Amino acid sequence: MQTDELILTEAFCNYYKIDYSFIADLQRVGLIEITSVERATYIPESELQKLEQLVRLHYDLDINLEGIDAIAHLLEKVKHLQNEVIGLKNRLKLYEDF
Amino acid sequence: MEYVDYYKILGLAKDSSDEDVKKAFRKLARKYHPDLNPNDKGAHKKFQELNEANEVLSDPEKRKKYDKYGKDWQHAEEFEKARQSQGRRQYSTGGNPYAGAGGQGDEDFSDFFSSMFGRSEGRRGGGQAKFRGQDYNAELHLTLQDAYATHQKTMAVNGKNIRITIPAGVEDGQVIKLKGHGGEGINGGPNGDLYITFVIAPHPTLKRLGNDLHTTVDIDLYTAVLGGEIMLETLSGKIKLKVNAETQNGTKIRLKGKGFPVYKSDGEFGDLYVTYSIKIPVNLTEKQKELFRELSES
Repeated sequence: MQTDELILTEAFCNYYKIDYSFIADLQRVGLIEITSVERATYIPESELQKLEQLVRLHYDLDINLEGIDAIAHLLEKVKHLQNEVIGLKNRLKLYEDF
Repeated sequence: MEYVDYYKILGLAKDSSDEDVKKAFRKLARKYHPDLNPNDKGAHKKFQELNEANEVLSDPEKRKKYDKYGKDWQHAEEFEKARQSQGRRQYSTGGNPYAGAGGQGDEDFSDFFSSMFGRSEGRRGGGQAKFRGQDYNAELHLTLQDAYATHQKTMAVNGKNIRITIPAGVEDGQVIKLKGHGGEGINGGPNGDLYITFVIAPHPTLKRLGNDLHTTVDIDLYTAVLGGEIMLETLSGKIKLKVNAETQNGTKIRLKGKGFPVYKSDGEFGDLYVTYSIKIPVNLTEKQKELFRELSES
């Protein structure tokens, strides 16, 4: 069974010097998932990389929540298309080699 | 070493205000930020240039020095030395005002920057924006046999040895990300990531299509007509194949589960497709020709 480490949201906010409301907003629009255990909230380790990226978009590039939401969807699409291109290139190479 | 025009990089005039510099940097950073341009080496390079231009033009001291010496920057050091020898020493270390402790590595900046400003100074807490370090890209060349089984490999990236596990079933051109193994963060930002692209060399006899493998096997006419057994070399070892009697040229058979492992799905394999190519005998003796004639008339 795969285990998922949990990171205390407060610790994350302190480390990146960001406001908790930003994390709450991201959760509200469905961009990240937060786990609650008793009274504390935690970020699953699997969400960390994505969350760090969203933090950079907001704090480094001044992109608001709506913009981040749109970018996150477009990045998903880019990733999907890049994988499709790799698969198609490999298929094409197969026929070119024959 | 080429002169780098930081104003041009940010699309600014020389008399632009600090606010203009900030605005121009923000605007272009949004366009070329590595987070917004995954796997785009051109955008990453452009972002690095923007960072460098911003590092200089957003800092009044650095901007002053850059504006003062501009294209004559190569003579700047000599000029500074001459000033120092006249008893107007300004800097305590080597004439380089920006060689601060805890600075970043030079790899994020151009040779021009390093020559003019030395190492980038650490500005943690200085009110400057934090940026994650540069992402590194590396290629790892594998054979099809290498990609067939999960194994570990050590690779050297920027002088550091990194041991990575290569899962069975990786595809040619597939990219994996090793978080935090890229360049050091700027102004206390997080480290960049290392992107490894797998380059899988073609196999002499096996072609891979997704998780399936395809191969063509020559069989002699007699085995094709009468049936028999042949040995086939696969990535998991030799296997014995039964050839049915009266096998036609170009017949394709499927060996279920003898293909390529499915990426990150333990124990799952694609199929192996074998196409028979029947070889007609050559240099027949008179007796053999006679027998074929008899056969054709029977």
